[in-house]
Amino acid sequence: MNKVVSDADEAIRDIEDGMTLMLGGFGLCGLPENCIAALVKKGTKELTCISNNAGVDDFGIGLMLKQRQVKKMISSYVGENAEFERQLLSGELDVELIPQGTLATRCMAAGYGMPAIFTPAGIGTEVAIGKEVRNFNGKDYLMELAFDADFAIVKAWKGDTMGNLVYKATARNFNAVMAMAGKITIAEVEELVEPGELDPDHIHTPGIYIHRIFQGVNYEKRIEQRTVRKNVR
Amino acid sequence: MLDKEGIAKRIAKEIKDGYYVNLGIGIPTLVANYIPANIDVVLQSENGLLGMGPFPFEGEEDADVINAGKQTITMLPGSAIFDSAMSFGMIRAKKVNLTILGAMEVSENGDIANWKIPGKMVKGMGGAMDLVASAENIIVAMQHVNKAGESKLLPKCTLPLTGVNCVKKIVTELAVLDVLPDGGFKLLERAPGISVDEIKNATAGKLIIEGDIPEMII
Repeated sequence: MNKVVSDADEAIRDIEDGMTLMLGGFGLCGLPENCIAALVKKGTKELTCISNNAGVDDFGIGLMLKQRQVKKMISSYVGENAEFERQLLSGELDVELIPQGTLATRCMAAGYGMPAIFTPAGIGTEVAIGKEVRNFNGKDYLMELAFDADFAIVKAWKGDTMGNLVYKATARNFNAVMAMAGKITIAEVEELVEPGELDPDHIHTPGIYIHRIFQGVNYEKRIEQRTVRKNVR
Repeated sequence: MLDKEGIAKRIAKEIKDGYYVNLGIGIPTLVANYIPANIDVVLQSENGLLGMGPFPFEGEEDADVINAGKQTITMLPGSAIFDSAMSFGMIRAKKVNLTILGAMEVSENGDIANWKIPGKMVKGMGGAMDLVASAENIIVAMQHVNKAGESKLLPKCTLPLTGVNCVKKIVTELAVLDVLPDGGFKLLERAPGISVDEIKNATAGKLIIEGDIPEMII
């Protein structure tokens, strides 16, 4: 079992034009920065990206949008990105906006081997158009299908060479659900350790879901909205 | 007339001891500043945190600790972290007692629109559709009229909907109103210095006024 790759370039080597990718993170928190940089360098095009947000103009998936590598975005919230809005309004970019819980749970369904979920989110709205509605106990639910992604790319705080992952604080977000959902899942970690160094009771993503892992470099970990208390301690 | 802080202060009075509360972006975020000190409340942030605390002191910001508005925050003692699927799991399973969010429009039957202006603004619904579809106790915090002076309390929403028949209570700079199960905005309280007529003039939807309407105490 050899899951360890040397770097992001090797990890994404067989991601091809036209593929569907899941990218973990919430805003700029917990982004797989190294893999995004490698995809920008490689110039892979016509990608469908499933990610809660689309980054900002000069960070995260925004870097891929700027290079016109993305054909379609599937997200729940895409504010804070002027280039994205320009491509969307001009029709250059195909965008599917779906409720955040639906996005997360469609990932979860893929990782749990379930073809679909039922959720009340979007009932009575344009999100429901064309979808099957089922009534359970007097309430309507939309049927939403599990995602089918060629690759999931996630970022964790620590991982071991077996692929077991631990996330830090709210950087867990979509990373933990997307890690379970890719046909091939790539994990980049801030610290790669040997088996036995992580407490089995503290693993968030079991290594069985991870196919490739590497220790990332030069994490910027940019803050999108820096808010502080006025008083000093 | 209330300012944004005033609206937040009035909403804070709706929060009860033991509540788990989800606060949306904007005025709802301010509510956290006015939760009475004598009650225990846990704030849920749908990016995966229970136990959200105040903003960090300068120099103590952590890029890995943010709220759903992507702001740097702190975690209080007793906090719990979880992934996005579990976060919406607890919302869908009605474990969150109160949801407070902003709106562009609310209709007299409790429909809400707050995520899209066709041709103008496309930011997405984020977690709002999940929250309004599942929460049993939804308070909307918003201005009574929009920038063009038009009422945001309508017979029927004109913008794309976020959810249907879900809003229970509205707090604006002018008034506190309940959305009745059979339809209609029932006027409960007036903002300081605001007359019932002023509220009538600012409300396009069906306004129900019974007896004397007290001025709110904040």
